[in-house]
Amino acid sequence: MARVELEVLESPQLTGPEASPSVPLEALDELWFQVSGTVCNLRCNHCFISCSPENHSFWFMTRETVRRALEDSVELGVKEYYFTGGEPFMNRDMEGILRDVLRIGPASVLTNATLIPPRRAQALAAIAESSPYTLELRVSLDGVTREMNDAIRGAGAFDRCMQGVEELVRVGFLPIITCMRSWPEDRTERYLEGFRELLAGVGYDRPRLKIIPPLLMGEEARRSRAYEETERVTHEMLHGFDLSELLCTRARLVTARGVYACPILLDYPSARLGSTLAEAASVSAPLSESACFTCYVNGAICSNTSSSQGGDR
Amino acid sequence: MAPAPFAQESGDLWLPGAWRESTPEFRKVAAFGGVYSNHLALASALEDARERGTEAVICLGDLGAFGPNPDRTADLIRENGLPVVRGNYDDSVARGLEDCQCGYTDPKDNHYARISYEYTLANTAAEHRRWMGTFPPVLRFTVGGRRVLAFHGSPRRMNEFLWETTTPTHFLDGLARDHGAEVLLGTHTGIPWSRALSTGGSYVNAGALGRPANDGRTEVWYVILEATDVGVEHTFVPVAYDYEGLATEMEEEGLPAEFAETIRTGWWTTCLEVLPGKERARGRW
Repeated sequence: MARVELEVLESPQLTGPEASPSVPLEALDELWFQVSGTVCNLRCNHCFISCSPENHSFWFMTRETVRRALEDSVELGVKEYYFTGGEPFMNRDMEGILRDVLRIGPASVLTNATLIPPRRAQALAAIAESSPYTLELRVSLDGVTREMNDAIRGAGAFDRCMQGVEELVRVGFLPIITCMRSWPEDRTERYLEGFRELLAGVGYDRPRLKIIPPLLMGEEARRSRAYEETERVTHEMLHGFDLSELLCTRARLVTARGVYACPILLDYPSARLGSTLAEAASVSAPLSESACFTCYVNGAICSNTSSSQGGDR
Repeated sequence: MAPAPFAQESGDLWLPGAWRESTPEFRKVAAFGGVYSNHLALASALEDARERGTEAVICLGDLGAFGPNPDRTADLIRENGLPVVRGNYDDSVARGLEDCQCGYTDPKDNHYARISYEYTLANTAAEHRRWMGTFPPVLRFTVGGRRVLAFHGSPRRMNEFLWETTTPTHFLDGLARDHGAEVLLGTHTGIPWSRALSTGGSYVNAGALGRPANDGRTEVWYVILEATDVGVEHTFVPVAYDYEGLATEMEEEGLPAEFAETIRTGWWTTCLEVLPGKERARGRW
């Protein structure tokens, strides 16, 4: 059985945030890039890192910076590459970056699809066509109607996103439509049906849908609620737990200023594990933040379904 | 067919560990995975492999799932004395786990996976379940002196998906290096593919014998590894069999109509969400 049995590093302190467990990297399967920093053309009211046009706390990554990390990643045996932000297509080097990565492995871009005119869709199709690896476009859409989506993602976001999806489908992509669950869990099937109908309307008749639970941080903490103080991962909770469920046992996030434990914890200094990939891969990630609790409860929701690790419990 | 030099009795060969002096050596072997209770395809493939002069046939795991009457497949594999690598289905059925450990996370995938698993578990004889509990996680042998490591998903995780379009060559190079193997031989994803490694070896995914490869053909696949002057050559072999007979048997057993449709059309109808975009786009659904 391939259950990952990692030694959980005990912290000497018994109280305070230091009392949280830490977990070492088992294998660097996923390499994430904060490719557009915290810069986004939208300002969604559920954004867990509060991205917006004005949030420059993390800046764009250059093609050269990404390329260097890609070179390092080969030796580290990385399996999949993910690109997030902010809005990745705000980065003017994005198409070049995708050309670079798709020479060596599969790429997933987490996008709001509002910046995908026909020319870009065609360029992306050409890039995907020239690679043996898959290019996945994970499109954030947070409602089955204009009203529902735009209440979260801002006026005009729905129409522009649907146009982007239509262009992507037209050139042969099967984008993964990703939606944060903003409804009670027992209504999910109804919403999934709503998405299927909506997407069929733009020619997407076999949509790939991914529903993710809300992350109660950043803007979302203000929109719904913040984590309770009790919603934290403790040493005790890790006994007998399959640690490969936690993204930080198999991923790192490269940004324009440092390497982090995971893409969710960009705003937390405790999650900055080093200035280089090699350094960040060699140290354990502290599970000290409330968002770690979400990962513990739901499994690593950030990964694609095709690389799911969820069947080994 | 000549009996495989590694029989069930030769205990230590089954253990993961260092390559040994006694590691079995072949010139030509057949391998298949993902039988998914397709005993009709299995019978055809065994006959085909025999006619092609293979010295041994190796099963890469997942005897049950999807198809009808799982004991018929188990009987056939035991009668032929085939060595079997433990698949996630075999592991689940042997231990009576709650699910098949296929790693599905999508509700639609899980719906069909549950039907399939509950049927298989309920219809597998206790004696077969005990036997499945003895399958080793990996098998080692050589072909023309080249080291082959056989596993179900990956050498590090029984149910890891290694899809063609999501698996970088450098990742496979690392697995081969870590395990001292020249040929990596697996299954689990259900679509045959291979990749030349930077080191000169190869990764070979045998595909599945139980379900067509989502290519609109009714044939299913196994692979032959054969020693050549320069290394190990692999050939994917399509197996034509009585698919209509299987589909009818599935219907008689009350399995979902979607499963029989896949057998008749060659297109996957269920458990699709786990496919990467490129593989999904090649299929019909």
